[in-house]
Amino acid sequence: MTALAALIRRDIRIALRVGGGALIGVLFFLTVVVLMPFALGPDLALLARLGPAILWIGALLASLLTLDRLFTADHDDGSLDLILMSRTPLELACAAKALAHWIAAGLPLIVATPVLGLLLNLDGPSTLAVALTLLAGTPALTFTGMIGAALAVTLQRGGLLLAVLVLPLSIPVLIFGVAASNAAIDGPLSFGTPFSILCALSLASLVIGPFAAAASLRHGLD
Amino acid sequence: MTLTELANPTRFLSLTTRVLPWLAIVTAILLAVGLYQSALAPDDYQQGATVKIMFIHVPNAWLSMFVWGVMSIASLGTLVWRHPLADVAAKAAAPIGAAFTFLALVTGSLWGRPMWGTYWEWDARLTSVLILFLMYLGLIALWRAVEDPSRAARAAAILTLVGAINIPIIKFSVDWWNTLHQPASVMKMGGSSLDKAFLIPLLVMAVAFSLLFITLHLAAMRNEILRRRVRALQMLQASKPVALPQ
Repeated sequence: MTALAALIRRDIRIALRVGGGALIGVLFFLTVVVLMPFALGPDLALLARLGPAILWIGALLASLLTLDRLFTADHDDGSLDLILMSRTPLELACAAKALAHWIAAGLPLIVATPVLGLLLNLDGPSTLAVALTLLAGTPALTFTGMIGAALAVTLQRGGLLLAVLVLPLSIPVLIFGVAASNAAIDGPLSFGTPFSILCALSLASLVIGPFAAAASLRHGLD
Repeated sequence: MTLTELANPTRFLSLTTRVLPWLAIVTAILLAVGLYQSALAPDDYQQGATVKIMFIHVPNAWLSMFVWGVMSIASLGTLVWRHPLADVAAKAAAPIGAAFTFLALVTGSLWGRPMWGTYWEWDARLTSVLILFLMYLGLIALWRAVEDPSRAARAAAILTLVGAINIPIIKFSVDWWNTLHQPASVMKMGGSSLDKAFLIPLLVMAVAFSLLFITLHLAAMRNEILRRRVRALQMLQASKPVALPQ
């Protein structure tokens, strides 16, 4: 337990300090959202209608961008080999790393959402709803993305391959995330149903992600 | 003959040399019979002659999912039993599955134009098949990204199994999202709602396409084994000490 806590603390510390690059994800999120009005035109009513979808796409791409760092840095300096050889089960270590990554790179996105919602002409309750769905949904993005990150580090191919592998896996999260936000804002459907499925997706990926990532690290790094 | 005996690639090659011609002949005959029967099938009272697209479209759509199932079993073979031919099977199946999925999409789109008035609709079934197609392409990209086949095999196996969990989730999530495609009519509780005049040609075509997949898959596995042998021989040749000219 102390080993896992130390791992989480170390990863957060590395991510937040100089060269960590966790906050670059927020900057990227901001840039993607700012790009949208340029493409769609400054029609405030349209932006408000598309707002939840834009925020979700931005968060999805931002979390994808930072995923590359989940294992590569540790692989480069050799600490991944130490984690592999330690007595802590690799699945738990993977889960701890993903949790640390979500705290360092995922939570700032959610904190930034209210500001970005203001830019997209979303009112207070709507922004809150989107932030809530992001809070429930981004763990699923991190934990399924971790599988892609583990595959990419064992193959020493990051970047586009990672995106191509991970994006199809995140489609259900996107569907239910946007569905829940839209239901909360004006939809006739209830907010609870898609939101609980979103939570279920997060919990399921919490279980599947570490096992698949650990299997791929174990098989890949020999 | 058990699966473990087939683990020897040479034995597999000699067996498939004997089996493949017969399999190809049976497939060709069944395809001919199926196509003949579907050509003779009556026109639908609503859809007219376009209903015949079904005899190509439905078997392709069935196989698009069946092939992922075959790859999942092969991936289990790679990861759990370390069967030497399992990764060959998984690798050979991916492009064939992608081709079936592509054909299902194209024939469905051509069928959709006269029936629904549009080539493409963001409907649940269409969208989930399109995502399946993207996952096939991602898997092929993963196979091609790594030079060492055994390393690529384990990575691809993990991705295939994760995909096998994810495909039903995608299917149900998209089902919720929007829908136009008709629900299943052949395999459902209380018997098929399809008339015999359509059902029999369709089943013949489905069997013919499945045999076509098995034939193509075995041939592709043979090619892959031979390709690996060529690669091994080339590496052996390259690693030989060269006699330097005096």
